[in-house]
This record gives sequence, C-alpha cells and structure tokens, in this order.
Amino acid sequence: MALKPMWKGIRAYPTVAMSLIIILSLIGVSIYAVIQLPLSEAIAAWNAGDDVWRYTPELAQPTWTNLFRRENLPETITASLGEFETVKEAIRESSWRETTLLSFEYETTRFPSEAKIFYDIRYDSKRPLLTLTWIRPDGAEVVLSHGVVGGGPGRVDLDVVEAFGSADSDSSPRALKGAYQLRAEALTFEAEGFSLNGQLVVYGRVFGIAGTDEQRRDLAIGLMWGTPIALMIGLIAATGTTVFGFVVAAVGAWHGGWLDAGIQRITEVSMMIPFLPTILMVGWFYSSSIWVLLIFIIGFSLFSGPLKSYRAMFLQVKSSQYIEAAQAYGATNSRIIFRYLIPRMLPALLPRLILGIPLFVFLETSLAFLGIADPNLPTWGKILSEAREALYMGHYHWVLGPAFMLSLTGLSFSMLGYSLDRIFNPRLRDI
Amino acid sequence: MSDTQVIAHTARSPQFSRLEWLKTIGRCGRYLAARSVVVFLTILVGVYAAIWVTNLGGFGDKFRRDEIQMNVLIGFNQTKWYHELPAEERMELLEAATEAAFIKNDLDQPFALRSFRYLRQAFSLSLGMTTRSFHQSVPRPVRDVLIERVPMTLLIFGTANLITFFAGLFIALGLSRRYGSAPDRVATLLVPVFAAPSWFHGIFLIVIFASLLKILPFGGIVDASIPDTPFLYALSMLRHMILPVTAVVLGTLPFAVYANRALFLIHSNEDYVELAKAKGLGARRLQWRYILRPVLPPVITNFAFIAVVAWQGIILTEEIFSWPGLGSLLIEAIQNYSVSLVIGTIVMFAYLMGASFLLLDVLYVLVDPRVSLGAGGRAT
Repeated sequence: MALKPMWKGIRAYPTVAMSLIIILSLIGVSIYAVIQLPLSEAIAAWNAGDDVWRYTPELAQPTWTNLFRRENLPETITASLGEFETVKEAIRESSWRETTLLSFEYETTRFPSEAKIFYDIRYDSKRPLLTLTWIRPDGAEVVLSHGVVGGGPGRVDLDVVEAFGSADSDSSPRALKGAYQLRAEALTFEAEGFSLNGQLVVYGRVFGIAGTDEQRRDLAIGLMWGTPIALMIGLIAATGTTVFGFVVAAVGAWHGGWLDAGIQRITEVSMMIPFLPTILMVGWFYSSSIWVLLIFIIGFSLFSGPLKSYRAMFLQVKSSQYIEAAQAYGATNSRIIFRYLIPRMLPALLPRLILGIPLFVFLETSLAFLGIADPNLPTWGKILSEAREALYMGHYHWVLGPAFMLSLTGLSFSMLGYSLDRIFNPRLRDI
Repeated sequence: MSDTQVIAHTARSPQFSRLEWLKTIGRCGRYLAARSVVVFLTILVGVYAAIWVTNLGGFGDKFRRDEIQMNVLIGFNQTKWYHELPAEERMELLEAATEAAFIKNDLDQPFALRSFRYLRQAFSLSLGMTTRSFHQSVPRPVRDVLIERVPMTLLIFGTANLITFFAGLFIALGLSRRYGSAPDRVATLLVPVFAAPSWFHGIFLIVIFASLLKILPFGGIVDASIPDTPFLYALSMLRHMILPVTAVVLGTLPFAVYANRALFLIHSNEDYVELAKAKGLGARRLQWRYILRPVLPPVITNFAFIAVVAWQGIILTEEIFSWPGLGSLLIEAIQNYSVSLVIGTIVMFAYLMGASFLLLDVLYVLVDPRVSLGAGGRAT
C-alpha cells in the first residue's frame, strides 16, 4: 500500500487525528514525568512514607474541584516559627523567656482536615519549659501544650473544631475566618544552647492536580509516572505477542502439514488454559516484578486466539500469483515468508498491534487490582487497587484519577486501532 | 420470532426423508462426540501445562510442604503431651513426623512423576480438603466448595452472555440495515469507549448507581437482612445481579455488535442477496433468510472469542461485586496459598470454558449447513 493514499485515508477519519492527539499528549506526559522526576526519585518518593509526606493532607481532593464549589475548600497552610521574630527577655539571673508569635490568615469557613505543630528543641543540659498557645480571631486563647519538654522532635495535634470552630454555630459547625496566631513561649535556663524550630501545618482539603491518597502521597506523581509504565507495558507486550503471532502464523500457513497442525493444536490448548488465573498464580507465588510478569504475559499470549485469524489471512495470500512468481525464481522459504508474506499483511498487523496495547495495559491493571503489581513502581493499577475502599467511602478522586488515565489510554488506542483497521482493510473500508 | 425458526425451517426441508434425517442426526452425534473428545483432550493438556506452570520454581511444592507441615503442627498442638516435652524433643518429633508426612504424600518423588497423579486428582476434582487457614472455617472437601460456587458464576456469566449474544445479533442487524444512519455512526464511534474489561465498567457502575444514586447495592448476592420468602429472596438476588451483569454486558456487547455488523454488511453485498432483492423479496424475508442465516456460523465463532475473554474477566468482576462465584473463590484461594483449591478452580474454569465451546459447537451444527448436512460429519 502506497503511502499517499494511506495518508489520504487517515485524513478522512477525524477519529484518527483525535486519538493521535490523545496518544501524543500521553507520550508528552510520560516524557515530562521522566525528565521532571527520574525513576529512582519517583520510586523513592512514592515509597517514602511519612518522611516525605507528613506535610501533605490525607485524602485531599484535587484543587481544581474548588471551581465547582460555592465555598472553596481550604488549601494547606504551612508556617514556620523561623519566619517570625523571636523576642528574648531575661526574667531572672539564669532564666530567659523566648517568645515567638506566628500568625496566618484563614480564609474559608470550611474546616481544615487537620492541624499539627511539628517542633524540634535543642538545649545543652537544662530542660526548658514550653508553652504553645493558640489565639483565635475572636480573641479566645487555647493552651495547646504546657510543660517541661525533652530535646528532639515533638508534635502537637490540634483539635480542629476547638481551634477553628466558630462559637455562634448552631447546627452545622463552621470555621472562623480571620487572623490566627500561635504563640510559642519557651522558658529556658541556659544563656546559650537553646533553640526551637517549629512548623505549623494546617492541612487543607484540596491538594495538587490529583489530590492525595490515604498515605498522604501526591497522586499526581503516581498518575504521571503510571503513564510511561503503562505505555511501556502495553507496547512491549502488544508488539511481542502480535509480531510473534504473525511470524508463527505465517510460518505455519506457508509450510502447512504437521508444523501447521502442531501450531494449531498448541493454540487450541493454550486457549483452554485459563490465562488470568495462571498469571495470577505466577505473580502471587513466584514474583511480581514487572519484567517477570511481562515475560509470562507474553509467553501465554503467544499462541492465543488471534493466531487463528492471522493464519486465515496468510492462507488467503499464500496462493497469490506474486508468491508463485517468487517461487518460480527460486526464493527460499524464509525469503518468501519474511519478504513476501509478512510485508503484504503489515497493514493488518498495525491495527491489531495498536488494539493490543490497551488490552495489556488493562491486564496489568487487573493484576494490580488483585494485588499483583511491581512492589516499587507506581502504576495506575496499584493506585486503583489501593483506592478500592474509597468506592464505599466517597473519596471519588482517588478512584477516578487512575480510572480517567486508563480510560484515556484505552479510548485513544482502540479508537486509533479501529480506525486504522477500517482504513487498511479494504474489505471493511466501505463499511 | 428468532433464529430457531430459521434453523427449524432448513432442517425440515421437504427433500429430506425420515431416513436421511436419522443419518443426519447420527452424523451430528458423531461430530459432537468427536468434538467432545478433542475438547476434553485439549483441557487435559492445558491443565497439565498449568500444573507445570504452578510448580515453576518449585513454589507449588513449597506450599504443599508448608501445608503439610502446618497440619502436622496443628495436630501436635492439639495434644497435651506434646507441650510437656522439652523443646528439643519437640523439634525432633515434629521434624520426623513432617518428613513421614512428606513421604506419605510422595513428596520425595520427582515432580514429573507426581504431576500425572496431580492431573488425575485435578480432573476428578478429588483434591482433598481445604486448608485450615482458608476462610478460618472447618476444612471442607475442595470439590464441595467448587461445586457450590459454579451456579453463582454461571448465573452471572450465562445471563450476561445470553444478553450479549442475542442483543449483539439484533442490534447489529438493525444497524447494518440502517447503514450510515446517525445511530449506526454513533454506535461504531462508541465502540472504542468500551475498550476496557468488565470490572473496570463495574467500578463506574458502582460509583454511579451504588455510591451516588444509592439505588442499587454495592455487591453481594442478597440484602444484609436476608429475605424470608423465596420470592423476595429471588427478587433481592435479581437486584444484586443487575450491576455485575450490566458490567459484563458492557465489556462484551459493543464488540459483538461491531464484529457482527461488519459480517452483516459484508454478506448483504453478496450476489445472492442482490438476486433475491431483484426477485422482489420482502425486506424481512431478505434479512432473516438471506443475510442472518449464512452469517450465523461466523457470528458464533466471533462470539466464542469474546466468551473466552469474558471468562477471564469474570474473575475480577465477581471480586469487585463481592459475588461469591468461582472468580472470587480463586482470589481467596490464592491469597490463602491453598494450592489444591487454586488448581481446582483452574480446572473448573477449564471445564466451564470447554463446556461453552461445546455448546457453541452444538449451535454451530444447528446453523451451519456444511456441518449438519455435509457428508462424513466433519466440520470445516
């Protein structure tokens, strides 16, 4: 098939352009992910746990959802004691008072999800006395913690309703807007050597473009990095199975006889092996590394149903005159198969290859959904499987994020595949 | 008003005498028997291959050993004297007893030898008892657990596939008749939207109908408060079936429609259809006898491929909807490292797949004149 009419055919199908745009943007996201956050860093961040993700809110929705709300959900506010002035005054001969007043504006009447103070105290030998006081916009003061503290990091969790709730609320409690203050007052008994670092985190209810999960991770990282992984899995598995299937079908159809019969029988047997259960077992008992799974997936799909239809196609072409001509000039079997038979059927191969990509992407997702996923990589399937409980609890963003990416991938590749099938297969073209 | 009428018509053609009728039935029977043998042998080889795969890297044996060791330990733990022994003697006793149990279970023999025994056990489904860890309940024969789950799976799978088969046929016929019209274009455009496995559609169905609208249950087979009359029980079950069946249909129907539509369109351009049109036959007669009839065999072949994929998909669909069928059993079994139950489920799946192939073969005999009327009882 010449290139020019092919291109004309593609232009006649707007769905091709549409799906190509989606696929290119998926590839763009993949490239962005790889450049922005190298794989090792992505894996480290994704599996870091509390060290990295302690300052992000738990199960926050994507920030853009605020566009559809009458009243915005709060974003996370972080303020550090270091940013504010510390006043040090001597009280007696060997005691000093260090006071820091931290202040921030709170601008919605929706409660934050949590509020925490992380502090780190250093001293030489004498323990200081630390008082943390919360001052609300209405002037009320709440003593959050008061006592002699040891060195090292510490944390104070605030009661959100007590700290933010407005007094005049009747049925539905609302948060008070305005300027909040946190007063950190330390009574030290050392002239030098005392230091207090602290950070107030008022956790919001929205975060980033994809929200966060139960472990406070930024879902955007997972969704972004899931793209190159999904595309890679789809591409490798689809190419492997389609190309192999094509070659085997061509060899079988060309040689015929026992070879063809053998391939046919193997295909029938392999169709009868329940594929998913077997892969599940391999993943569960053996290894769930993405490479091992890929090898098994490709191995199991080599002799699958499509091989039969490839064979039927090759049988049709086999008796063509140009093949006869090739035989007449003395072409070897392998030359006929690889230079005459397979190239002739390439237009039929491409749509199938493209249609195979979403199948394998979804297969990975299915496996991940059952808990068989690469232990390190962030994949859409893994996020989806972790988000399962969210279905019952109403954290839709957690489910819909990966579901959206998967739908996009599935839709674009199958749209392209179906359109190409119609363009390349003359029998279907007029249909 | 269905294809059966068409089939019956052909079979009752007047040029057939009673004797030829019997001959045909005999040929069909022979053909089906031959197909059964082939399907059975295929399953046999397939399951044997699966047994080897499960033993890859020796993990099948490892879990068998663990299972035996666990059972021995539990047996000892239930006796009083065992606890009174000193720790060293206890270890020795345990090791000796475990070793004896291994030998009793032929675990000292090479796997190649044992694999045939496993195959025999797997095929007769005599796979012993479920492990104690499974379901934290009393051990039960694996066969009973399996057989208990089959109807549940068949209920969902059968209903969904019947819908897919018939709806796929008639929607495709309707679309091909109005080829190029708005519904036809929309339908073909929409096919790629459904290029996802059934369970994935299931998630959306749950979000929409169970979470947001709260009109259908999340999953399970009946309401939490079990209805007391059989009628109400059936009604409640029907309500619980809606979402899983819809999910499976959404995952299969668009492709059945797409494939069937192409077949109808190809066949409606055949010369004999043109001739029939030229003869002035009615549109209805044309559709039923000249287009639908010859298209049925490839429709069935297509459907077989869709059904194979659907069989795999049912596992996750059941899991998502907490439907207690074979699929969720397989997942429970794998999560509990119960090798015998896993193999049992795989065999059961293979049986069911084989049975659906045979069923389709029967349909094939009914609709394909080359099979039912041709000499020698051979299918093409």
